[in-house]
Amino acid sequence: MTLSVRIIACLDVTDGRVVKGVNFTNLVDAGDPVEMAALYGSEGVDELTFLDISASIIGRETTLDVVRRTAEQVFIPLTVGGGIRSVEDVDRLLRAGADKVSMNTAAIERPELIAEIADKFGSQVLVLSVDARRARTESGFEVTTHGGREGTGIDALAWTEKACALGAGEILLNSMDADGTRAGYDIGMITAIRSVTKTPLIASGGAGALEDFAAAIDAGADALLAASVFHFGIHRIGDVKSYLNTHNYPVRMQAAR
Amino acid sequence: MIAILDYGSGNLRSAERAFATSGLDVVVTSDREVALNAKGLVVPGVGAFAACMQGLNAVGGPEIIRERIVNERPVLGICIGMQILFSRGTEHSKNGSHAGVGIWDGEVSLLEAPILPHMGWNSVESDAQTVLFQGLENESFYFVHSYAAKKAVGKAQSWTTHGEKFVSAVEDGYVSATQFHPEKSGDAGLAFIKNWTKSI
Repeated sequence: MTLSVRIIACLDVTDGRVVKGVNFTNLVDAGDPVEMAALYGSEGVDELTFLDISASIIGRETTLDVVRRTAEQVFIPLTVGGGIRSVEDVDRLLRAGADKVSMNTAAIERPELIAEIADKFGSQVLVLSVDARRARTESGFEVTTHGGREGTGIDALAWTEKACALGAGEILLNSMDADGTRAGYDIGMITAIRSVTKTPLIASGGAGALEDFAAAIDAGADALLAASVFHFGIHRIGDVKSYLNTHNYPVRMQAAR
Repeated sequence: MIAILDYGSGNLRSAERAFATSGLDVVVTSDREVALNAKGLVVPGVGAFAACMQGLNAVGGPEIIRERIVNERPVLGICIGMQILFSRGTEHSKNGSHAGVGIWDGEVSLLEAPILPHMGWNSVESDAQTVLFQGLENESFYFVHSYAAKKAVGKAQSWTTHGEKFVSAVEDGYVSATQFHPEKSGDAGLAFIKNWTKSI
């Protein structure tokens, strides 16, 4: 028996609603986040991630309420990301019922924040989101911000190593090139990041065919995050797990009860 | 009534609601009398071993736990709340180890595993004497930790492997503990919680 590969469903949340879209300009309302979280939970998803894309303070307050209501009825790990800039922001989310937070921009702007959060709450609460794209940095992978629209010039491998040393408990590797394409995870990027860290690695961006999930595991991912393939009903959570189970990857299959 | 001991920041909301699914009243409290007199006391874990002990000491936690056991009142430690029931922990200790509450003699030390923390769903193998895992033989539970106890203590142990074999749960009379998070382990976790609340 061994540790299962985790299947994580990600929900983009704004002003208390889930939105879905191929890019940030074509968003359509996809429902109530609490209901969707409960549905994915009942289908056997291993973890949930809310990405708060609210642009306003009121929107963020609404997200806290969504987190509260979700934590009260869905008893699997919940990660919340988007707009987290301080130890206080983390504290608020944990108290609302989040188990982990993910951050990108704030950690890039002030890396010590990683250590401050890890010291106060433990490394396990901190998921470092590495939004990377292929570019001419040393490793060929560059860290971006603002949903991949802005480059930082920072090398993704060097940044991952530094963030893990500072106390990041998990790496969410999001390929900005593959994101939304459903053409497969960026296998080269996963392999490269895996080679520099022993911290759990979540692959994100590009999930399409069932084979894509297996390929990311082969490249070294410990967990697989997907959004659109689940939201648009291309695969159910159970389809992915059954496929992986059939191909001898360790997954958590729900017992009938 | 179940009391969940509040001795620091962190997510206690899910624990509160998860234990409430058992049908019992649940309070999150740092009040000594409430914690001493509740039918069951849940000791969650917050942060690293030493930080957890520090928080626990600030609310008189070690005395509450010892007193409850003497008075035959059940205690359930979760995650770091399990680890601190041992006598020693080596986390973030440059020389030797930090002292725990010491209900069980033993050390909590770093897992030797290729990927740490041990994060995610893993299976549990229990002794035949287990009460808490009855009906849950083939289930997985959610773990998040890098340190663990590796030697048997108590009356019934459950074991899990990540890199090496470690104690994933202990059942020892009035005191039980899990290295995993039952409150985050979906239906299997809720069934485990129900087994515990029925046993107390």
